[in-house]
Amino acid sequence: MEVLSDNNWALSVGTFLPLLGVLVMLFIPKAQETATKAVALITAVATLGVGIFTLTQFNFDQAGKMQFVAQTNWISVLKSTYFVGIDGISLPLYLLSMVITVLVMIYSWNHVPEPGNTKAFFALMLILQTGMAGTFIARDLILFFVFFELVLLPMYFMIGVWGGEHRQYASLKFFLYTMFGSALMLVAFLALFFKTGAESFSIPFLIENGAGISRNAQIWIFGGMFVGFAVKVPMFPFHTWLPDAHTQAPTQGSVILAAVLLKLGTYGFVRIAIPILPVAAKEWAPWIGLLAVIGIIYGALGCLAQTDMKRLIAFSSVAHMGFVMLGISTLTSFGMNAAVFGMVAHGLITGMLFFIAGSVKERYHTLEISRLSGMLKQMPRMGWIMGFCVMASLGLPGLAGFWGEFPAILSAYQPAAGLSEVTFRIFMVIAAVGTVLAAGYLLWLFQRTAFGEPTAEFSGDSHDDHGSGIHDVNVFEWMAWAPLLAAILVLGVYPNLLFKIIDPAVQGVLSAFGG
Amino acid sequence: MLAALFSVLAAAANWVSPTVDYHALAPEIIVACGIVLVLLLDLFTSENNKWMLGPVTSFTLLGAFIPVLTLALSDAGTRSLFDDRYVVDNFSLTMKGLFVLAGYLVVLLSSDYLREGDFYEGEYWVLMLSSLLGMVMMASSRDLVSIFVSLEFLSIPAYMMAAWRKRDLRSNEAGVKYFLLGVFASALMLYGMSLLYGISNSTLLTDIGTYVSGDMSAIRAVAVLFVVVGFAFKISAVPFHTWAPDTYEGAPTPVTAFLSVASKAAGFVALLTVVYVGFPNASEVWQPVFWILAALTMTVGNVMALRQTNIVRMLAFSSISQGGFILMPLAIAGEGDSAGAALRAVVTYLLVYAATNLGVFAVVIAVARKTRSGSISSYGGLFSYAPGLAVIMTIFMASLAGIPPLGGWIGKFGSFQALVSAGTTWGYALAVIGAVNTVIAFGYYGNMMREMWMRPVPDGDTTPVVIPSALMVALGLTTFATLLLGILPGLVLHFGDLANLAGAFGG
Repeated sequence: MEVLSDNNWALSVGTFLPLLGVLVMLFIPKAQETATKAVALITAVATLGVGIFTLTQFNFDQAGKMQFVAQTNWISVLKSTYFVGIDGISLPLYLLSMVITVLVMIYSWNHVPEPGNTKAFFALMLILQTGMAGTFIARDLILFFVFFELVLLPMYFMIGVWGGEHRQYASLKFFLYTMFGSALMLVAFLALFFKTGAESFSIPFLIENGAGISRNAQIWIFGGMFVGFAVKVPMFPFHTWLPDAHTQAPTQGSVILAAVLLKLGTYGFVRIAIPILPVAAKEWAPWIGLLAVIGIIYGALGCLAQTDMKRLIAFSSVAHMGFVMLGISTLTSFGMNAAVFGMVAHGLITGMLFFIAGSVKERYHTLEISRLSGMLKQMPRMGWIMGFCVMASLGLPGLAGFWGEFPAILSAYQPAAGLSEVTFRIFMVIAAVGTVLAAGYLLWLFQRTAFGEPTAEFSGDSHDDHGSGIHDVNVFEWMAWAPLLAAILVLGVYPNLLFKIIDPAVQGVLSAFGG
Repeated sequence: MLAALFSVLAAAANWVSPTVDYHALAPEIIVACGIVLVLLLDLFTSENNKWMLGPVTSFTLLGAFIPVLTLALSDAGTRSLFDDRYVVDNFSLTMKGLFVLAGYLVVLLSSDYLREGDFYEGEYWVLMLSSLLGMVMMASSRDLVSIFVSLEFLSIPAYMMAAWRKRDLRSNEAGVKYFLLGVFASALMLYGMSLLYGISNSTLLTDIGTYVSGDMSAIRAVAVLFVVVGFAFKISAVPFHTWAPDTYEGAPTPVTAFLSVASKAAGFVALLTVVYVGFPNASEVWQPVFWILAALTMTVGNVMALRQTNIVRMLAFSSISQGGFILMPLAIAGEGDSAGAALRAVVTYLLVYAATNLGVFAVVIAVARKTRSGSISSYGGLFSYAPGLAVIMTIFMASLAGIPPLGGWIGKFGSFQALVSAGTTWGYALAVIGAVNTVIAFGYYGNMMREMWMRPVPDGDTTPVVIPSALMVALGLTTFATLLLGILPGLVLHFGDLANLAGAFGG
């Protein structure tokens, strides 16, 4: 593969810099919390700086090609190499992970959840960042797997230590589900390795040779990967860990989980499963589509039944990831584009919604929808930001959510050649019903929490400027949220910003299908 | 003096003294000298100077590591002694290095434990060195007699060490149980060996390899089966594992570390030698046996470990289940070209497992110094008052659970790779069972993490844990090894490339 840039150190530095920060933090005494936070934040910002440097050096005319490629020996006995690169699909997600980490850290500056221990909390976020960024740039299956798993433990501790009341149950459930998926995925990777002649784990090599595997073997191998990725997405019926994990996780954990971790699964489908095993992808596509639309409807119905705001947002994630998976299952460039856009948009919007939920919880000490009311009166800015995000989430044209959802539905009208049109058109209709339900539960949520008069129990708490009672958006929140809100608006008004770098890369992924 | 002795013997029995490659035997000779030295020092030093015995033992072991290194670096290749009955090749050197270094770590774990517990010290070191000498010899043995002698050499001191807390009933039970079942296993194995000798008229494994092949008559199958089952006791494979939990729990913790790592590894070494050199052509007999043993061992070990409330008992079942993972590749070792991959997987797993498990016991010993308790709940809130220990223990637990990028992952990965490489349905099926077990295993490893990170301190006592320097060194070394093996596994996988052992029978 030709090297398009000489700056091939950029990806490795951008990925491993956070670990250096963790190392520095180890030597700071636990009592010096400000120093710890400063080191962590500086590391995250520096990492983002490297990411932005990557962005400026990225050759947008060649977005379909892997850039900043670096390859060196790693485990030569296992035929695995340290192989990284980035293209139009990876770049937005890679940057998203960096941006989210910085924003979450800003938000955490004075929001370290109980039971404290700032040092460990910030260190875990940095380790998470390495895992997330690494997954999006890995070009070798073993490297991918290592990064994919690297995020598990930090997230397990984040939920389990800093989470809500049932945190231990939720964290264990999260871990066991994901680990079960990864174990089968690893077996599938190995089978793939041996079926292609046991020569290399590099993804380009496997894409070249994977199509030659017999149809039956492909279907089995795809099945193993499917479980691994589908748990992470999560797709119905592997989704049950998600509401628990989201509800119990601290705000920061929920945001990272929703904004980036869920994308590791969909990214795996787009980057690994589908291009390497095109024949199996066609066989599996209708089933993936079916599970996707079940997820859309099930998630929406789940939302309507929730009494807890955070749990509601968690279920809405299941529905939204259903749209992403529907787009992927059509195996068309239109659908894939929508899916990748949907990943980024969902990251921004749902991340934002979880931030809001966290701030609401901090002020009202509850997220029970029936006890919340009249937020617009008590804290108008917070209320309107929530309104904005709710609109974005339900797919209002002009905001980012629309460009992930609407094209995904449209793409199901005309799936890739060889897939049953009737089936996918039925999916399309069901998904369209899902959008109506989404509007229903999101607007209902907004109406119940933001409109009306504040409930009696909280009405006396307002106008407290000392931060303990109910107050409007504070400075740290503005700093953390403004970039997300701006991005939601900008991508909504000018989606081409993203589509033009995604599209060439998507063409590359689909080249296995002859166009 | 030795030469004189040899000449006397030669004259007496018309026997020609073999040429001895002293370089090849140097590790054994150094350990043997160490045994004598410690024994003499123990006899002639006053009670006040007994502290020096521990350092002498550790220097002996480090000294024995030097010839292992020089042998590994020399260009001479495989060295065969005594009519090929004693072979020093890459495989045996790798395992000797493992035994010697594991022994060194156990010394570090033991020294403060012995002093503070007011145990016999000199005798302990002598027995430990003897047991290690047996293991080092085992790595080179290619003959039924030398294998059996090595096995007893390494086992008998271990029986005594298990009962070292002699006023504690549990420790006595541990020793007796270990002894009775160990002897039972030896008897089974001897029976199998006698049949093998009857079949092939030779005790040399390579000779046996030529006879145990082709049409598997019942007698051959029984012979192979008995030998394999004998070693299955040693590596505590289910259903021959019943001694392990009680012995591990009752024995002093450093001895448990020794048993669960060094002694177990020695069992695997013997098993590998016998299978690869002695029975390469009998794979239709031992493959199904290993398949069943591996599947049972992983599953039963895991399920039992889930229910434990005592940390050492939990680690005992965890070690049983890890043994199942190590056994996995042997279930396909006879398929096509898989022998090399399987051997590499087992050796790599043993190395990684040794580093991690010794580290776990180092943490257990360190924490028990403060809590004086063996229950898992005594680890509650460890992270709040001993964050360093908690993080290290988390690394070890994650490594045992097989989470990348830690050492244990590369061990599991190698096993899965070997299984899948065979490309048989049985291989795939065992891989899936292994995958499911990996998830189950997280139940108890994760539970430990949960105790340390998420639970409150049980009695509110948050005085920091005082770690003696020897234990600190052990913790540092094992943590470093666990991380390094995970991130740069190429370092050990290289040792796993052991064509010589498989090549001993010409293919």
